[in-house]
Amino acid sequence: MLSEKILEVNDLGVNFHIQDRVIPAVDGVSFSLSKGETLGLVGESGCGKSVTALSIIGLLQTPPARIVRGEILFKGENLLAKNAEEMRKIRGKDISMIFQEPMTSLNPVFTIGQQISEVIMQHQELSKKEALIKTIDMLKLVRIPLPEKVIRQYPHQLSGGMRQRVMIAIALACNPELLIADEPTTALDVTVEAQILELINELKDRMKSAVIMISHDLAVISDIADKVAVMYSGRIVEYADVRSIFNEPKHPYTRGLLEAVPDINMEKGQRLKEIKGVVPRPDEIKEGCRFKTRCDCAGKDCMIKEPPLLKVGTNYVRCWNCA
Amino acid sequence: MSVAGTVRDLRSGGEPLAARILEVRNLKKYFPVKTSLFGKGTEFVRAVDGINFHIDYGEILGLVGESGCGKSTTGRTVLRLLDPTEGEIIFEGQNIAHFSKRQLRTVYKNMQLVFQDPFASLNPRKKIGNAIDEVLAVHGMKDKEQRRERIRELLDMVGLNGEEDKYPHEFSGGQRQRVVIARALAVNPRLIICDEPVSALDVSIQAQIINLLINLKNRLGLSYLFISHDLRLVKYISDRVAVMYLGKIVELAPAEELFRNPAHPYSMALLSVVTVLGSEKNKKKIILEGEVPSPVSPPSGCRFRTRCRYATKQCSETEPEVKCIGDGHFVSCHLY
Ligand SMILES: Nc1ncnc2c1ncn2[C@@H]1O[C@H](COP(=O)(O)OP(=O)(O)OP(=O)(O)O)[C@@H](O)[C@H]1O
Ligand SMILES: Nc1ncnc2c1ncn2[C@@H]1O[C@H](COP(=O)(O)OP(=O)(O)OP(=O)(O)O)[C@@H](O)[C@H]1O
Ligand SMILES: [Mg+2]
Ligand SMILES: [Mg+2]
Repeated sequence: MLSEKILEVNDLGVNFHIQDRVIPAVDGVSFSLSKGETLGLVGESGCGKSVTALSIIGLLQTPPARIVRGEILFKGENLLAKNAEEMRKIRGKDISMIFQEPMTSLNPVFTIGQQISEVIMQHQELSKKEALIKTIDMLKLVRIPLPEKVIRQYPHQLSGGMRQRVMIAIALACNPELLIADEPTTALDVTVEAQILELINELKDRMKSAVIMISHDLAVISDIADKVAVMYSGRIVEYADVRSIFNEPKHPYTRGLLEAVPDINMEKGQRLKEIKGVVPRPDEIKEGCRFKTRCDCAGKDCMIKEPPLLKVGTNYVRCWNCA
Repeated sequence: MSVAGTVRDLRSGGEPLAARILEVRNLKKYFPVKTSLFGKGTEFVRAVDGINFHIDYGEILGLVGESGCGKSTTGRTVLRLLDPTEGEIIFEGQNIAHFSKRQLRTVYKNMQLVFQDPFASLNPRKKIGNAIDEVLAVHGMKDKEQRRERIRELLDMVGLNGEEDKYPHEFSGGQRQRVVIARALAVNPRLIICDEPVSALDVSIQAQIINLLINLKNRLGLSYLFISHDLRLVKYISDRVAVMYLGKIVELAPAEELFRNPAHPYSMALLSVVTVLGSEKNKKKIILEGEVPSPVSPPSGCRFRTRCRYATKQCSETEPEVKCIGDGHFVSCHLY
């Protein structure tokens, strides 16, 4: 029972074909997740977090995207081999996702009640009335006050935090075994963020779902994840359990990210550590380590040969200097 | 007693000279909103509802609070991009609250704005050198060669030397924010209102911009009003911090003091949920229940009382006054 693997992503590669350019948005990403476990996926804008998530849940627009290699095993079955109809059955029931922008993922012309009960009826044999009762239960679960009133309201009548809670209610309506949360709190206030994170944590404990939590905020990840994958330019550059990532970060990029955010206990006048330069486009760096243009310890090898994910202590690190 | 406290005057040659670059007294900004057709007329969003604060020369005052509490409205009204409904804005000794457009021209030589979206604030069809040139020309720098020299100097200051002939789209987000900062600095301002200057940027780029802002402040003796919802950043950069809730400043204190001893229940909740790297997972968080009430009809008495776990009857009846509870530490709450 201890580590019942629920998801295994092996060597996933996704390209975008834009005019005559091929952009390797996700390039050889591998990780696995057990029941009840939470994986934090972090990295800067454009590093491939959402594309990875969308590949798993089968919502990647193809074209312009193309999955060029790898497999995504969900309970042993390769999701990439499934057709659209099979994926539709899995989505919302076994795997569900909370999206970055709650407004765009709710339909403005249907009431909250209609939208949640539709998802429930898609996957469960329930009458309209039963589905509505379940809908109210779900809204109560995500602590929306006056759910009987809210089911008759439209998305624009709710605040950002409420909308995100509705999204969570929809995502959890069928007790998914895997929940993917793509920056579920980025657009929200810290006080609302705290409410939502507590909610996800609580529901995770109750339903024993596995969770992939995507964020660019390491502090949020440190709060909620069991293990962490740090992505940079389409690749995982460090992969370890949460404690090792925060206490013994190995990759210069992970270390840079940790030092770039001011800590609440930081002394006044202490300079923030910068990561120099700009984030490269995924197709910009053709050879060597993808972090070489921003790394302080890049040597000769780093310029010409890309490091593989090497095991260093308890961490997996893509860096020649850490080996 | 006002949050601003007593004015410390520096005297030079008999002329009183304020130590403060900015003093805001009882500032209000209401926005009219239409009510129903048969309603009794107009209602108002009380976005900023009687706030007091000051900024010393060379000081950074942080302004924090949840979305919609009135931070940007405060900044924009101080800059007179919005007309105040009531109150005084004393900038370098003059009340600019009712200055005309023409009078404001001189104010804008000394006070500038840097805001969140570096994409929206630059004209995509203008080379960045020309964008800065325009500002210099408007503010009376007649000599073309002199302006060119100044542009070079400004771009150098923000780490973009030799890039004057590029268009905004040729820059990354962080670089564009540098351009915006260079443009704000063009006229040699003394106060810059920074409204979420790094929120749109990647974590690794945020540090670059924050270091730049601190560096420029030290070199040029600038003052900032630093608006942000990121409490970690605000704590790091500010000398003092004001906490806003629903149009009011509920607490104002030196940054260290506020984070060590938050006094207002709202500040306590806000600070308790700041996620700290590698902290204990079960750090005690104060999770606020419910939602921020509407600024059109805020609660009677204390505005925070509907979400406050210490609220008593008194809180719904009278609005708490501002009390000084320590060195430069002001709070408005009936607990004190
Ligand atoms: N629709 C698209 N068309 C073209 N390229 C795309 C598209 N979506 C993503 N990409 C490419 O894939 C890369 C990864 O994008 P992705 O959305 O996964 O980033 P992310 O890590 O989720 O970033 P963010 O933090 O901004 O959400 C981007 O750099 C971009 O080049
Ligand atoms: N032009 C306007 N007309 C009507 N209401 C407005 C206007 N501008 C702002 N408001 C309202 O005033 C209140 C304060 O808004 P403001 O933009 O100052 O908040 P903020 O603290 O900057 O929030 P955020 O963190 O989201 O930027 C909000 O309720 C907002 O809806
Ligand atoms: Mg994304
Ligand atoms: Mg604002």
